[in-house]
Amino acid sequence: MEAVYKLFGAIPLESLQFGFVQRALLAVLFLTPLFGLLGTMAVNHQMAFFSDALGHSALTGVGLGIILGLRSDLVAMLIFGVIWALLILVIKRTGSASADTVISVFSSTSIAAGLLILAKGGGFAKYSSLLIGDILTIGDDDLLWLLLALVAGVALWAVIYNGLLLTSVNMSLARSRGIRTWLWEGAFVVLVAVAVMLSIQWIGVLLINALLILPAAAARNIAKNARQHAVWSVCIALFCGIAGLLVSCELGTATGPTIVICSAVCYAVSLLARPSRK
Amino acid sequence: MTQFCHLCRIDLQHVSVTRGGQELLHDVSMHIHCGQLTALIGQNGAGKTTLIRALLRQLPYSGSIRHINEHDREIQRLVIGYVPQNMEFDREMPLTVQDLMASAFTHRPVWTGVSKKVRDQVHEALAEVNAADIINHPLGRCSGGEIQRVLLALSLHPAPDLLVLDEPVSGVDSNGLAMFLETVNRLRSTRHMAILLVSHDLRLVREFADHVILLDRTVLAQGAPDYVYATPEFDRVFGSGEAV
Repeated sequence: MEAVYKLFGAIPLESLQFGFVQRALLAVLFLTPLFGLLGTMAVNHQMAFFSDALGHSALTGVGLGIILGLRSDLVAMLIFGVIWALLILVIKRTGSASADTVISVFSSTSIAAGLLILAKGGGFAKYSSLLIGDILTIGDDDLLWLLLALVAGVALWAVIYNGLLLTSVNMSLARSRGIRTWLWEGAFVVLVAVAVMLSIQWIGVLLINALLILPAAAARNIAKNARQHAVWSVCIALFCGIAGLLVSCELGTATGPTIVICSAVCYAVSLLARPSRK
Repeated sequence: MTQFCHLCRIDLQHVSVTRGGQELLHDVSMHIHCGQLTALIGQNGAGKTTLIRALLRQLPYSGSIRHINEHDREIQRLVIGYVPQNMEFDREMPLTVQDLMASAFTHRPVWTGVSKKVRDQVHEALAEVNAADIINHPLGRCSGGEIQRVLLALSLHPAPDLLVLDEPVSGVDSNGLAMFLETVNRLRSTRHMAILLVSHDLRLVREFADHVILLDRTVLAQGAPDYVYATPEFDRVFGSGEAV
């Protein structure tokens, strides 16, 4: 990693001379491509709301971890996030027209339960960083986890993508071709849950969904095929991550929100660049 | 008319399906022969979709569904190609016809690109149903008839023993359906497979089907189109004034 930090240090930008900015930049390079890839299916599978609810459940995960006496917030969030994701998937698959209402109920309940536990006795202040995250505090150990998540995530993504694509186009068609749609969708939501939970302390509960959805949504406006969608989404996610981090360091703004604002600008530009459709 | 044996068949015996305490299909027995186009007709709610889902092993059923070869022996393997009825999907999805087909033909994730070999396979599959010209079209911009052809091309790979065509209820007009059935008709003489068509268009069924099965939770009548259309059961289901 030292070599990478040296490389970053050679870039003539004052902020990149600091170790914490170099680590944050590396975190952005690890996180954003995975979110860019996963986001393509989240928007195609109409699961933007699902991932939003999933992000909110991190608060409940931390709260339950405290009640159960788990030493690590991350482990508590991961366990709860995976269970929550599978539960929401079950509801989505019941096919009821009010699935979004039910997801909303789950989402609100998980925020309320999390806040209830974490704010007990007026002590929420120490958890407020969970809401907006702080990527500038990331350490070398955390970076290794993110690198591992990136490699494992992309590998799993490569395995499940085609089956998931057929499932998202038409479930009956996918089933008739012997695709175990349950398994692929389950693997997808677990993958999103793990990626979200691993990143939430750096990006924040309030913004994590934007990182997943905005680049993929912008890419969808300009892409003509599946490959372009993935490539554009990863490029936009990387660009916004890097630009947001560096701009926030120069302007002294919070990093997470700056990255999201960059993504929102990209989305607006993509709307203008969108080819006219019949 | 075809060079095939007509002896291989999908043999359904006493198939019943019960869901939530309600019997959706009762004691259905029929043969679907290779080299023939068998049409399944009946009113909405007659159990046509239920029967297809049982064939696709998507619903539990009692009775037996067996694949029998020309020597009257059972074959364990039954590959079913399926063209679904409701092809509702997100039409804004950035996805070409080639992307969809390649995702079914290969394990290599489509977002990493499509190899020349797979592209050639997709092209060949589409050419068989006269749709090679739309290989690079966005799926969401395809007409109902074009999507039916793409789905037909998909359903023919891997080569099915039984092709199940669930008639689209919307998006394909009668002309499009007739063109589609002409393609299916051609496949009947070039592919060794049985074809089961679910259709509401009684005129087209009469024109193209070899064998017709009239269903109303159970088989009311089956045989050649002219025979079935002349039965009192047919009149009872569709009314004697049905223009066919």
